[in-house]
This record gives sequence, structure tokens and C-alpha cells, in this order.
Amino acid sequence: MSGVYVVLEDRGGRISRISWEAVAAANILAAQSGTKANAIVIGAQTEALAKEAATKGVAKVVRIEHPLLAQYTPDGFTAALEQFIRAESPNYIVFPHSYQVRDYAPALAARLGRVLIGDVTAIGGLTAASNGPIFTRQLMQGRLSGNYKSAGTGPAFISVQSGAFRADAPETSAAETTTFTPTIDATQIRTKPGEPFRGAAQTVDLGSAQLIVAVGRGIKEADNLPLVQDLATAIGAEIAASRPICDNGWLPIERQVGSSGQTVAPKLYLAVGISGAIQHLVGMKGAQCIVAINKDAEAPIFEVADYGIVGDLFEVVPALTEAVKATKQ
Amino acid sequence: MKIIVAIKQVPERDAQVRIDSSGKWIEETDLQYAMNESDAYALEEALQLKEKHGAEVVVLSAGPERAGTTIREALAKGADRAIHVEADSLHQHDALGAAQLLAAAVKPESPDLILTGLQSDDLGYGQTGVIMAELLGLPHASLILHVEKTDTGLTVKRELEEGWFQNIDLPLPALLMIQSGGTKLRYATLMGIKKAKTKEFRKIAATDLGHPNEPTAVLEKITLPQKQKSTQIISGSPKEAAATLVEKLKFEVRVI
Repeated sequence: MSGVYVVLEDRGGRISRISWEAVAAANILAAQSGTKANAIVIGAQTEALAKEAATKGVAKVVRIEHPLLAQYTPDGFTAALEQFIRAESPNYIVFPHSYQVRDYAPALAARLGRVLIGDVTAIGGLTAASNGPIFTRQLMQGRLSGNYKSAGTGPAFISVQSGAFRADAPETSAAETTTFTPTIDATQIRTKPGEPFRGAAQTVDLGSAQLIVAVGRGIKEADNLPLVQDLATAIGAEIAASRPICDNGWLPIERQVGSSGQTVAPKLYLAVGISGAIQHLVGMKGAQCIVAINKDAEAPIFEVADYGIVGDLFEVVPALTEAVKATKQ
Repeated sequence: MKIIVAIKQVPERDAQVRIDSSGKWIEETDLQYAMNESDAYALEEALQLKEKHGAEVVVLSAGPERAGTTIREALAKGADRAIHVEADSLHQHDALGAAQLLAAAVKPESPDLILTGLQSDDLGYGQTGVIMAELLGLPHASLILHVEKTDTGLTVKRELEEGWFQNIDLPLPALLMIQSGGTKLRYATLMGIKKAKTKEFRKIAATDLGHPNEPTAVLEKITLPQKQKSTQIISGSPKEAAATLVEKLKFEVRVI
């Protein structure tokens, strides 16, 4: 039993950004035994993906290929990876913590009597004294952190949170590529996936906005939204929201920031009444300057904020709007 | 159709959670609890299927005695009966252990459909449903926002990343993990609360459901999160704080 494998994800024919972050995490684990991680690409036709992966600082690329893997299904991916893992007995399987991985990796691990340590934000305990690495993940909506260890025998399954590891490996010469052909029968695949579609016409591109004022649950009612809209107007910012606001239909879904909405990286992200659940933070923590206004001093948003005001948004926001207007006159 | 909805009682969203003296769990005294948010949406989806197609809705929850109040709430909203797996220290299991307990309780019921929430707001593993499906040999789909019954099974709307969706067809029996926000939640009516008191409420001791695996994903220690940035907290009255922030945005960050 040996080796660290990282499963890369296909996003429209290219390997997804978060997959490279998973490679970085996998290489931290592989470095313990003085090796590099091996990459896995999976699908019906993986030649282009394998080529893309081969120069990204990995020891080897494995193409897991089968016609029944053309479209993602949890049954197909679980069966294929189960066979590969049983054949190779790796020490670690590392995944990007994507929606796709959340859908099948827990079943894959369970089939092998193991449990996925999911949504990992840091890997520590890499000294000999610590008796195995420590994986940190968030608890209680990011209010606390939990340190986890993998116990028992068999591979450890790890998925890493978007943005938690830096994908900055320099290009290397092309690694060796091998192909693994799993045995899959069409009757094993019980779900039939349809083509992806967009929820609504996209008329706002928050991704290119320089200034964003975002509003969350703290606003309490739709009737209070103008308060935040006035601030956005005064600053000249686009308005955005966390999920509950869009679920309630108070703002259109195209203004939603987070894992299920848009990912933004403005110069200024001013978060009003947003507690900072993980799903929201992954969509905005790349902003250059984050300002948080929240009544709860322990809200996780303050962990990523550059500036914070702890207070009642119904008092702070109007005061801020006035102050911005005054400075622009 | 028989639908089982698995729900979990978790600390209320804004609860101030403190690490307990063991360093491995939170201080449970004085905490307020509520139904996990995505589980409430799973229950709502089940109740809407019942109204459209007729079904028996069985609510299933593992947890200590206090979970009973959340189970009663589900009955008051319209679930027909309840199974409470009494387990005092659910957090000592990993996701596989918890799923094994729930799957063992589900098995004799042979439901047509199992619904769970996507992820708990406390431990946040987001795995229990997928693992239950694996243990019970059922097809599954996660991140589901809408469920339609068809002649051959179900068509469900699955959320993908960055504003994309996809429909998935799957046969019954099946398991779905429901995402929050796909529909509107109902409130329990006074009549519902009254009726709930007469509904079947079965308790099973976790120890009667076999022996779950020893955890292989072991929570060794809970800590306060490491700050990713050093945050300048701006104090003063709202007016003073606003003026200071504008100064900083203008002269330090240079964005306004």
C-alpha cells in the first residue's frame, strides 16, 4: 500500500481550478514520504485532461476511462474509483471539495469501510512526533474548527475546501501517463443525468465588479433592503446577497455570491448583516478588501474581514451612507 | 408511497457555542436548539409530495432526549409518525457510524423514498444521506431543490455550481439529499400541534441497532478558528465608526 492520489475534476473539458488546489494539498502529504502525488482523470475520453495534468507537478497521471463515464453519475464514478483503489491500495485519496465530490466520495469511502474527511482547510501535524497528519475542518458554520485524524487501516479520503490551498506549482516536464479500464455494466448506473442548464438569464456580471455591497439575513425583511441599496448607490457599487436573501426572492439569484452563486474578487466587498457561512465565504474571500458590519462580534465573517464594525446595521448603514455622500460632495 | 425524512436537531443558528472542558465537543447547557435548516426543507418536500400524491411521512431522528421537541415539531407540521433513535453522544460517531444507525432504523420500514437535508449546521459533514444510500443499496442524488413524481420514479432538479442546474431521473426506491431554499417552509398550525400529541412516537435505543463502526475520521480536538486576516475593528458610535471607515476606504484602501 502506498502513494497519494488526487482526483481531478473535469469542468467543461478543462481541469477545474480547485483541482489544482487539491494537487497542492496532495503534494503536502506526498512530501512526507519524499514523493509527489499522482493525478487521476476520469471520463470516457480523458486524453486532453491527462495532457493538461501531466505538467502540473505530479509524479504520474492515471486515466480512468470507460464509455459509461462520459457523464458524471455517482454510481459510475464510485464503481470505477472503487476498482482502482482496490487494485492500487493508496495511502491517501485527495479530492477537491466540489458539489460533484460531495455527491459520490462519501459513498466511495463507505464502500471501502472508510470515511471522507471533507472540506479540509488546513493540513498540520506533519512532524514525526504527531503520529500522522492533522486535518482541520470547520464546525458550527465556521464558528469553531475541528482537528481530525484518520484512524484504522485503509486509505484516508480527504477533500479540500476551495481557496484553502495555494495552487502555484511551476510547470514541469510531462509525467508518465497510464490507463486504467474499470469494468462497469450499464445496469449498475441507476440515475439518468440531464444536460446542465442555467437557472436564469445572467444580466449582471458580479465577477467583474470592482465594488460590491452585499446583504445577508441580518437585514430581516425585504422592506429594509433600500437601506443597503442606498449605500451601494452612494459608493457606486453593485449590490449582491447571500443565499437566504435570494431564496426568499428579495433579490434575483444572479446577485447571489457563494458556492451556489457567483465567485467574486472585487477591490471592495462590504458585507452587511452576513454572518459568513462557509458557502458564502468561498465566493468572496478573494476580495482585496473585505469590510464586515455585523451585530455579532463572533460571526465568522470577521475572520476574513480587513475592517469590521460590530454594531446594529440599522444604525451603522445609514450613518455610513451619509458619510460616503459627504466625502463625495 | 412511504417517505422517511431524516432530521437532526442542531444548535440554533445564532447560538453562542463554547468549547467544553474535554475540548472535543461544545458546552450543551443553556444552548437553544432547532431543526437543521436543510432538514426542514426535506420535511417540506415530503409533505408536499404527500399532498400531491398521497403518502405516509415518517420522521426519523437520532439524538438525545431533547431531540424529541424537534421531532414533535415535524409531527405538528404534518408528518404522520416518528422514530426517535435515542443516542446521547451522536457526535462521537463519524459520518459512517451515524449513517449506520439511521440505516438500521430505516431498513425494516422498507420506504419508497428517503429524504435527508444536505448538511448539518453543527458538524457539517454533509455525508449522512449519501452513505445511507450506499448502505441500503439505493440510488441517490444530492443538492436537490425540487422533486417530481413520474410514472417510472422521480425527476429531480439538482443544483450544480455557479448558477447551473440539471435534471436527474431515478427509479424508486431512492434517497435524496435536499438543499435549502427550493420551496417555502410551512408553519405548524395550532390544530397540527394538537394532533401531533396523538401521533405514534416510537423510541429505539441506539444500542438495539447493532454496533456502528469505530470512527475512522476521528475528531481529536475543537479549537477557535485561526484568523485568516488581522481585522481592524472600528469602534465608536455608529456615526463615528462610519466616519472612520470612510476615511480608511478613501485613504488606505483608496476605493472611494
